[in-house]
Order: sequence, then structure tokens, then C-alpha cells
Amino acid sequence: MTTQTRTETRTAPRTEAPRRGDGPASADGLDAARVSWAAGERLVLDGVDVTAPKGAVTGLLGPNGSGKSTLLRVLAGAQPPARGADGDARVVFAGVDLLDQPRRRRARTLAFVEQEASTDLPVTVLDAVLLGRIPHRPLLAGDSAHDRAVARRALADVGAQHLADREVTTLSGGERQRVHMARALAQEPALILLDEPTNHLDVAAQLDALHVVRGLADRGVTVLAALHDLQLAAQHCDHVVLLSDGRVVAAGSVHDVLVPDVLDPVYGVRTEVLTHPRTGRPVLTFTRAG
Amino acid sequence: MTTTEGRRAPASSPAGTTPNAPRGAAWWLPASAVVLVATVLGAVTIGPVDLSVGDVWRSVATHVGLGGPLGLEPLGALPDGMVWELRLPRVLTAAAVGAGLAVCGVVMQSLTRNPLADPYLLGLSSGASLGAVLVLVAGLTVLLPVAAFGGAVAALAAALALAGAIGTITPTRTVLAGLAVSQLAAAATSFVIFWSATGDSYREILSWLMGSVAGATWASVAITGVAVLVLGTLLASTGSVLDAFTFGDTAAATLGVPVARVRWLLLVGVALLTGALVSQSGSIGFVGLILPHAVRLLTGARHRLLLPLSALCGASFLVWADTLARTVFAPREVPVGIVTAAIGAPVFALLLWRGRRIA
Repeated sequence: MTTQTRTETRTAPRTEAPRRGDGPASADGLDAARVSWAAGERLVLDGVDVTAPKGAVTGLLGPNGSGKSTLLRVLAGAQPPARGADGDARVVFAGVDLLDQPRRRRARTLAFVEQEASTDLPVTVLDAVLLGRIPHRPLLAGDSAHDRAVARRALADVGAQHLADREVTTLSGGERQRVHMARALAQEPALILLDEPTNHLDVAAQLDALHVVRGLADRGVTVLAALHDLQLAAQHCDHVVLLSDGRVVAAGSVHDVLVPDVLDPVYGVRTEVLTHPRTGRPVLTFTRAG
Repeated sequence: MTTTEGRRAPASSPAGTTPNAPRGAAWWLPASAVVLVATVLGAVTIGPVDLSVGDVWRSVATHVGLGGPLGLEPLGALPDGMVWELRLPRVLTAAAVGAGLAVCGVVMQSLTRNPLADPYLLGLSSGASLGAVLVLVAGLTVLLPVAAFGGAVAALAAALALAGAIGTITPTRTVLAGLAVSQLAAAATSFVIFWSATGDSYREILSWLMGSVAGATWASVAITGVAVLVLGTLLASTGSVLDAFTFGDTAAATLGVPVARVRWLLLVGVALLTGALVSQSGSIGFVGLILPHAVRLLTGARHRLLLPLSALCGASFLVWADTLARTVFAPREVPVGIVTAAIGAPVFALLLWRGRRIA
């Protein structure tokens, strides 16, 4: 998965080229190391190392409370990392440490789609997407014709241009998720972090959201998405990183990580892995352990 | 992309979609500015003694030194004094206070993402009231503005210290800390009134607590006007930054906004402006709560238009509310706070019922 030697992960990742995207994983992608975060005394993230190659979809998996959302928030710069036992955290993207960057410049590289960001304000879809242009213009300035063009293109990219004049509060869950993705796209990021982009969506809307995510990766964007649903991850991710109790348990291709030996102890279930007859990807079924 | 939702959605999109910038939005600012000027000129002519717009102009022109060049006869001493010493300062103070409260209301609502937030959220009015009541009871009425401003700033400091002591200053913590400070100051105020207020001071206190611009002088105009022009303009220019808070703190942070610093600066700005206004007018309720919601219905949530338009509308609104306060029961006056509440509460209920999205 990465050209660097990493001994921290328990299952040795196979070095294989990403299925999709622009060639092999390189220093172009995201490379975060020693990310820790504590809520009071409780260590939520304990020296997490995670890499996500350029032009690929990397899934961030793990049970509830394993630290997925927290990791994304720290990577996004919304929470500062704690000082880890083995040195300061490093979040390198395309050769630059994002944690050292001024936040406005970082916001032109990295976009974050939160889980269930909501508003009570009567804001239109286009205005919501235009928020993504804030890092690209002077702090007190209004939006330009170029900003509006980028925002409309972002809406088109997620198939939501017809929603432009609707108010965000009137949208369905699937529509709202697309608007949030469009807002992230309007930032014109090279790295996008998504927290549960398929949560609370029906199956069609889940596929829509993942279709948009795949489109981004195909354009060379680095994607790291926290996913709850292992089955969806198996079908749609190029790589996966499995967290448990704030540590990386395994990282690599879906074939390496989504196996009973890895999943069963983490989730406390019994996993069976089949192979999808058409895609050749793993299909997972679960039964209660014991 | 072809998707199920993509295919079904065009049919559900409303027939005549509203354009991004609501129609005629470009005219709202100049139009409401004209309304404000007309409001000020009109309100000055209204009162127990009838004065024409011409008389008002003659008085104003004479005082600003245009009387000679324009060849205007100076007004008689009594009507002139009425315009220049009583009504005009009062009307201008009401305008400045209304504008300032409306801007502060917008900022507080956006910053705390709480539709019920108003400029007094951090306990400012209760703090100011405590300061004011203390000096009124002590018979040191001259010190009232200073005490009120001091009380407001002390309340802010207490609320921020409390919110900060719990951890990062989040919207919820801001609201809760403000509530705690507010309740404590209100209890102290009640105690002081209960313990030591007598006939005259009681009436004075009540009028102050409900908010009034009856005693406005040119000094009040200067204080509120300068505060609104300086702090109000600063706050009103932060439109894009406030927009970034639409989807919360994390969204703002990942859009490159220094969330903690911006929140702190804006809260202090709101507190200083509100403190200056409260020191002159007492705590006039509902303006800072209602006006932002009403204007938002017109403009949508974009702050670059919402902030200045709220200021202009708030100014006109409070001038008319004060005109009602001094004329409806003439020769008796009621505190303008009663009028704003009497108008504001039903309007709020109406907005709530029609919009169903305020709360």
C-alpha cells in the first residue's frame, strides 16, 4: 500500500498498485503518522498512522467509538492533535505538513465533509455551496463570478444543479449529503475527508454518494472516507484502514483486511467471506460470535 | 450522474424557482436608507406640539449653519428647542440604538447558531441593570451610563470566563454561561430593589429596566452614534466570516476561519456595542431578537446583505416604536421597551407560525 516500511500495522500490507487512479501510491497522497488525541484522561487516538494514496478511495473502518470521526477531525485540522508518546503528529500531504500550514491555505487543499452538518438558517443550496469558496477569496470579500461558476460546476458534479435555488432545510437526506459534497468540491481540494458519507441514506442514495466519491478519486483527488458499513467498504474502497480503540489494527487492500482473522476479534462477530461473482470483491456475512 | 434521486428530483423542484439573490435585493439597502431618513424627519414632526417638516428643516438647517446661506428665518425659541434639544436627539438616539441592537442580534444568532439569541444573551442587560439600579438607589443618577456600561462589561467578562473555564467556548457553553450570569445579576438587582427602592427611585428604575430613550440628549446621540458607526460597521463587515459558521464550528474551521479567535472578537465587539447602547437607553427588548428574523425572511441568510439591512430596518423600527411610546398615551409616556415587546411578541409568533423554521 505504501512504499515506506511500516511495522506498526499487524497484518503486513501487500505492496500492490491501487486498482484505480493515477499509478502507484507515492508521496503524492496523504501520509499521517503518530496522530494522538485525548478527551481529558481518555486516549481516543493512540499514535495512529494512516496513509491514503492519491487517486484512490481509502476507507476508514472500525467499530463505534474506535476513533474514526476523531481521526478525521484531527486530520482536517478541526482539533489539534495531542502530543503522542513517540513524538509529535505529522499529517503530510503532497510533501507538505498540513498541521504547519496556515488554516486558509490548508482549506484550499483539504475539504472535510462532516457527518450530519445541519443548519436552521434559510440558506439556499447555491449559497451553501458558495461557502466552499471562502478559503479562495479575501476574508471579508463577497463571491465573484468565478466563485459562482465553480459552485455551479460543483453542484453539477454531484448531480444537484437542479437544487441550486432550494433551501437546504427542505432537502432530503440524500440531497443534503450531495450538497455537502458539492460544498467540499467548491473548495477545489486535492484531499477530501468524508465522515460516514452514506449514513442514514437509502441504498440508492448511498450508491449515489459513493459514485460521487469514486468520480473524485478518478480525477486524482485523494479520498479518505470513514465508513460504518463493511459491506459497502468491501465494494467501493481501494484500500481500507481498520481502527480499534484508537489504534490501527490493519491496513491494506480489502482482500487483506476484510478477512475473518482480522475482523472477528475487532468486532466480536464471526465473519464469512464470499467472492462477488462479477466484481471479484469480497462479500461479507456476519453471525454472532460464540 | 444518473441516479434515482437525480431523475426524480427535477419534478419536485419548485415551478418558479427563486433566483439566487432574491429579486430586487440590490435596491433594498438604498430603499431602506431612504425610509430611515424619511422616518427620522417624519418622527421629529410628530408630538404634542405640531411642527411641519419645513419647520424641522429650518431648525436643523439653522443649527448646522445652513440657515444664513439658504436665507431661512430662524425658528422661534420654543419650537426650535423642541426640535433641536428634545425630539431630534431622541429620534437619532432611537435610530442608533435600533441599528446597533439589530446588528448585535444577527451576530449573536449566527455565532451561537441559536435563533433565540439576542444582544443580551451574555447577561449584558442584567449586568447593566444591576449597575444602573445600584446608582439609582444610591441617588447618583449622573453616574448611570457609566455604571450601566460597567455592569454590562462585567457581565460579559463573567460569562466569557465561565464559558472558557468549562473548556473551549462553544455555542452551547456561551448560551449557558450567559444564562447563569444573567440570572445571578437579575437576582442581585431584585434584591437591591426589594431592599432599598422607594417611590421615586422605583419609578425611575422601572422605566430604565424596560428601556427608554426619553432622556436622550446630544451626548446620548454622540455615544450611541459613535458606537454604532465604529463597532457596528466593524461587526457588519464580517458577513463572509459569519457565513462560514452556517454549518457549525467544524465547518467554519475547515473553511479556514480561526473559529475561537473570531468568536471571541465578535462577542467582545457585541458586548461593547450593546454596553454603550444600554448605558443610554436601558435594555430595550425584542429589537435584537425579532429584526434579524424578519429581515432574514426577505434576504435569506447571507450576512453581507442581512447585517446592513438589519441595521437600517432596526433603526427605522425603533424610531417608530419610540414615537408610539411618546404619543399613544400622550401626555403620558410609556417605556419604549413595552412598545417593542407589544409589537415584537405577536410578530415573532406570526413569523414562527409562517416560517416554522426559526426554531
